[in-house]
Amino acid sequence: MSRFRTVAAVASAAALALSMAACGSSDSSSDSASSGGGKAVSDADVTAALEKGGNLTVWAWEPTLKQVVAKFQEKYPKVKVDLVNAGTGDKQYTALQNAIAAGKGVPDIGQIEYYALPQFALGKSLTSLGTFGADGIKADFAPGPWNSVNNGGQVYGLPMDSGPMALYYNKEVFDKYKIAVPTTWDEYLDAARKLHAADPKAYITNDTGDAGFVTSMIWQAGGKPYAVDGTNVTINFSDEGTQKFEKVWQTLITEKLVAPVSSWSDQWFQGIASGSIASLATGAWMPANFVSSAPGGAGKWRAAALPQWTAGANASAENGGSSLALMDKGTADKALAYGFLKYATDGDGVQTRVDNGAFPATTAQLSDAKWLATEFPYFGGQKANEIFAKSSQNVLTGWSYLPFQVYSNSIFNDTVGKAYVSGTTLADGLKAWQDQSAKYGTEQGFTVK
Amino acid sequence: MTAPPIAAPTDVRRRRRPSFRGWQFVGPFMLVFALVFLAPIAYSIYLSLYRNRLVGGNSFVGLDNYQQVLDDPNFWSSVGRVSLFLIVQVPIMLFLALLIALAIDSGRLYGAGFFRVTVFLPYAVPAVVAALMWGFIYGSQFGLIGSINDALNVTLPDPLKPSLILASIGNIVTWEFVGYNMLIFYSALKVVPKSLYESAEIDGAGQYRTIWSIKLPAIRGALVIATIFSIIGSFQLFNEPAILRASAPNAITTYFTPNFYAYSLTFSGQQFNYSAAVAVVMAVITMIVAYVVQLRGTRDL
Repeated sequence: MSRFRTVAAVASAAALALSMAACGSSDSSSDSASSGGGKAVSDADVTAALEKGGNLTVWAWEPTLKQVVAKFQEKYPKVKVDLVNAGTGDKQYTALQNAIAAGKGVPDIGQIEYYALPQFALGKSLTSLGTFGADGIKADFAPGPWNSVNNGGQVYGLPMDSGPMALYYNKEVFDKYKIAVPTTWDEYLDAARKLHAADPKAYITNDTGDAGFVTSMIWQAGGKPYAVDGTNVTINFSDEGTQKFEKVWQTLITEKLVAPVSSWSDQWFQGIASGSIASLATGAWMPANFVSSAPGGAGKWRAAALPQWTAGANASAENGGSSLALMDKGTADKALAYGFLKYATDGDGVQTRVDNGAFPATTAQLSDAKWLATEFPYFGGQKANEIFAKSSQNVLTGWSYLPFQVYSNSIFNDTVGKAYVSGTTLADGLKAWQDQSAKYGTEQGFTVK
Repeated sequence: MTAPPIAAPTDVRRRRRPSFRGWQFVGPFMLVFALVFLAPIAYSIYLSLYRNRLVGGNSFVGLDNYQQVLDDPNFWSSVGRVSLFLIVQVPIMLFLALLIALAIDSGRLYGAGFFRVTVFLPYAVPAVVAALMWGFIYGSQFGLIGSINDALNVTLPDPLKPSLILASIGNIVTWEFVGYNMLIFYSALKVVPKSLYESAEIDGAGQYRTIWSIKLPAIRGALVIATIFSIIGSFQLFNEPAILRASAPNAITTYFTPNFYAYSLTFSGQQFNYSAAVAVVMAVITMIVAYVVQLRGTRDL
């Protein structure tokens, strides 16, 4: 009798399991015909859709969008926007990818960082904006962000914010040891040596291996390790720009001149506040983080132009930044969704966001005299936006990320990270990163050279 | 149903109407069990037979993913790492737990209740909080280690460097789980009849002889259970490396432990299928090891 029961239990459980598995097997590879090449949608159509109204779902974590949505709904009372925070960065992409795979629950608009945009564009998850005449508003945006939303000749999103790089430094520490603000990376290296010799507990900066930082530095040095043409991908970390970066950064690591503290850790913010981390080269979105997480450094820090690889040059690069993109599987009217997209990134929404502290990607705001004259109390009243705006104009063009950059960045510390904690050189680490990224690309069906 | 009426009437009734009363009791459990336990396993196995690529879409690949797992150096390095962890950390932890349980049980300790609670307390700290806390303690720049270095003017080795990270994690896990295992041993010791100790004493056995010949054999079942739990726990190591990775990104790789590897594959690489294969292989390995230990541990119980 007990055997009968066991058998029955197993059988019913197995049957249930099988039916469950069958439910979960919906295949999502069916291509949508609406991505790209559709019939043109004019501005009048978009306006008509906005007047007619409807419901929109937006997934984004950018805090200032809340005010944008409020003002948007005031202007277009018939449109109801549901702003959802589905997590930051990777977490949101996971949720988004799950929704796309399931084929339901996909938002109409999603916030997607520039480095992740190619991955979603390639997966045919995004609606190309060419049919909406997005090419026509190219001049409204700074070149760096605009370049980032282009993929294979198509525009896949509109730039929402940007992160032109700048050098933030602790003026108090620099003055104390009579260190001049470096204008080249060679001077930066000298400054690092001088500082660490004068105070063994102080470091010019921290670094434990950050993929976003390294790719941005190579970008600024003129390197182009990634080339993408459809599903043909080239990864090459041996070009001149990469080598320039390697040379300086390897010296900093070998001579133990960078603090072995990871960014965004408690130790990091303590170091920023106390002065033991004396400078940071990062995006223009950083000031808000200084204020909120390292209040102890207020008044001591300043912003400056990024040091150069060639004396007298004025090259810059982007670090971070996001776009808003139309999700192909979103259920709302595309013209309506584009209406919000444009409002938030190119229309009145931009000013709302800038007023609330966001860093813009639009030329109108970047050259607005009032914005440029904003004084930053954390930087001792410095008008830091002038530096950021200049950096934004000087971002080098021609950079592209991999269509699987999200994965590639995730294995950065497995490969290049070794250079920070062992005898492996940066060059070897980058080679290993290149090889493993290429291996993944090949497995995923790309032709990788 | 066609049984001759001469047969015992109770037998007939039993055969004619099999009782489903038992099923009525276990039914709700079985339903939930199948839904939340068996179904996910079946779904994992199903997933592991496919490969979804960014270019080319989803396709059935049979056992290819398993072949790839068996040839994957990253996977085996993670298995090697948790095996080393198992061989070194589990005996240390269980020995300490046993020692404390015996000490408290001996009745010669002042404030036994206080000890029992303090040793058990770390188990009540959520694993995530514990890992965060230890991450701060281990900080060699601005953490506790850094402060000690500054205060005493010494240079302690950095617990988060690649050669020490496994030992550092072992230290956290030991701290967390000594109390838990101690409680298992202690409760097993509590049910040993006191009369055995008395007769041992009459026979002239000392404390150590009593421990060796009476207490340890009496709690052998508990020892085996604790060992099996610890083996499974070691193979499933995830929280501590996942959280310490924020402060030691280069020492803890994405394939540090099998579980963390499966997690990274899924959430960074979108390789659900391969990740499912890794999980299934790891489950089989864990089952084999736990089963062998159970067989050996209970051979002549």
